[in-house]
Amino acid sequence: MPAISRTDVAHLARLARISMTDAELDAMAGQLDVILGAVSRVGEVAANDIPPTSHAVPLTNVLRPDDPVPSLGAAAALAAAPAAEDGRFRVPRILDEE
Amino acid sequence: MTELTELSAVEIAERVASRDVSAVEVAHAHLDRIAELNPALNAFLHVDTDGALAQARRVDAGEVEGALAGVPLALKDVIVTKGVPTTAGSKILEGWVPPYDATIVERMRDAGIVVLGKTNMDEFAMGSSTEHSAFGPSHNPWDLDRTPGGSGGGSSAAVAGNLAPLGIGTDTGGSIRQPGAVTGTVGVKPTYGGVSRYGLIAFSSSLDQAGPCARTVLDAALLHEVIGGHDARDSTSIDQPVPPVVAAARSGDVSGLRVGVVREFGGEGYQPGVTARFTEAVELLTSLGADVVEVSCPHFDYALPAYYLIAPSEASSNLARYDAMRYGLRVGDDGEASAEEVMAITRAAGFGPEVKRRIILGTYALSAGYYDAYYGQAQKVRTLITRDFEAAWQSVDVLVSPTTPTTAFKLGERLDDPLAMYLADLCTIPSNLYGGPAASVPCGLSDDGLPVGLQVMAPVMADDRLYSVMAAVERAKPWSQPTTPR
Repeated sequence: MPAISRTDVAHLARLARISMTDAELDAMAGQLDVILGAVSRVGEVAANDIPPTSHAVPLTNVLRPDDPVPSLGAAAALAAAPAAEDGRFRVPRILDEE
Repeated sequence: MTELTELSAVEIAERVASRDVSAVEVAHAHLDRIAELNPALNAFLHVDTDGALAQARRVDAGEVEGALAGVPLALKDVIVTKGVPTTAGSKILEGWVPPYDATIVERMRDAGIVVLGKTNMDEFAMGSSTEHSAFGPSHNPWDLDRTPGGSGGGSSAAVAGNLAPLGIGTDTGGSIRQPGAVTGTVGVKPTYGGVSRYGLIAFSSSLDQAGPCARTVLDAALLHEVIGGHDARDSTSIDQPVPPVVAAARSGDVSGLRVGVVREFGGEGYQPGVTARFTEAVELLTSLGADVVEVSCPHFDYALPAYYLIAPSEASSNLARYDAMRYGLRVGDDGEASAEEVMAITRAAGFGPEVKRRIILGTYALSAGYYDAYYGQAQKVRTLITRDFEAAWQSVDVLVSPTTPTTAFKLGERLDDPLAMYLADLCTIPSNLYGGPAASVPCGLSDDGLPVGLQVMAPVMADDRLYSVMAAVERAKPWSQPTTPR
């Protein structure tokens, strides 16, 4: 029984917003099953009472002085946009049609 | 007469400072060599001739000065550069021209360093060979059929091939050290937080760290000093002075230094020639007065699996920004498709197979129901690996191991086997998980005639110790690079 099925991969790809062909799903499911088999070795370590580490530097709430500095500006921000219109990013429709 | 491209960064800077040669001449010599050799090496994705010459003219005019003024550098394409295309090796950023500079780019410019261009890499720094670049692999100057390592193989190939005396890499799981090892160059991953990440395109934010690549230890130290230090624009930046790396590189004194050999990294799976050169390097350190002992770090065996859960998890989150809306590629916007459909089509077209694999893996590891068993457990293992390091520091000052289990592998050899590719990072990953500094210094050639790297690991903010050990090894074992790729 594989750790991860083709159906699982299709669901994950949808969550990650990546279209995949049937062939890609098949290949990915096989590869991920092998990789998951290898990385699941972390489960061999007895670590129930061990706190997790999310970050190497124990810093919290790092703040800088609230000094106003020039921002990027609309023209520079829009210069790399795939599409822009009237000083704004132009994007595909977000809502379904009525 | 020695070619300008064969000189070290220190030698170039001295000759430029004494007006023996102009920075413009130095830049031209390297640009010419790039024109000659880049077709074979594919080290540079973009050569910034105009920008390089303009900066060289500033140096010649005396507008900027510093210990590395006039020295050319190869910049990994994961570091953003204002007005100069930046792709991170991905089609999804092809043609993107960033509107700002990374902090380290500003610092290098202010120091008079001449950035020649942007170097090839595995897409978003995910890989160990540059074969996952959307723009074709780079080739190792020692053997063009072999990888110069990855992800920073463009910078290592450029430095090893004398296309530039200095390079910048980024190291998330070994992407500076492993390319250094397999190209016979010096590669340093500074302490996490020791060099600003502002303007470093994120792969795994708790692990990513930029650092120097060079042909000599002193050159690497001088570059480390330029790029290091606190940056208010990076909230994970450490607010302390740069460790005395240049002094350590100049002294190379290891007498009385306590050196721990990591028991877990060696033996089966390690190429005999790698083991032999590593053993000789350890004997050399003993002969120079270091106090060498074997140290066990029992959880290092679990570093690789922990890394391949933590890094993809962070990547799946970081790479969500490539949504086809504000910058980068957009595909499938036909006026009918929804934003969500355009995102999915664009990301399918813009990401390569390894990036997709890691995004899916990370999405899985972070899913409800799997989080505790995978990502959560990997974070606990990360704690245990950090404790292994801290326990080691009770008895030794540095740890050493081979940088990689093998010398440079052939292009294509591991491309269809992700797990075999991941093994290239076996020895380098623990320092990323812990956050301490680590480096690779050449320690001879294996039986196959290819370079072997000695890895040195040190406690957080003790980066200078890496340079002491590396300088000692470099002095005792000098050899020259092949000046023309073969």
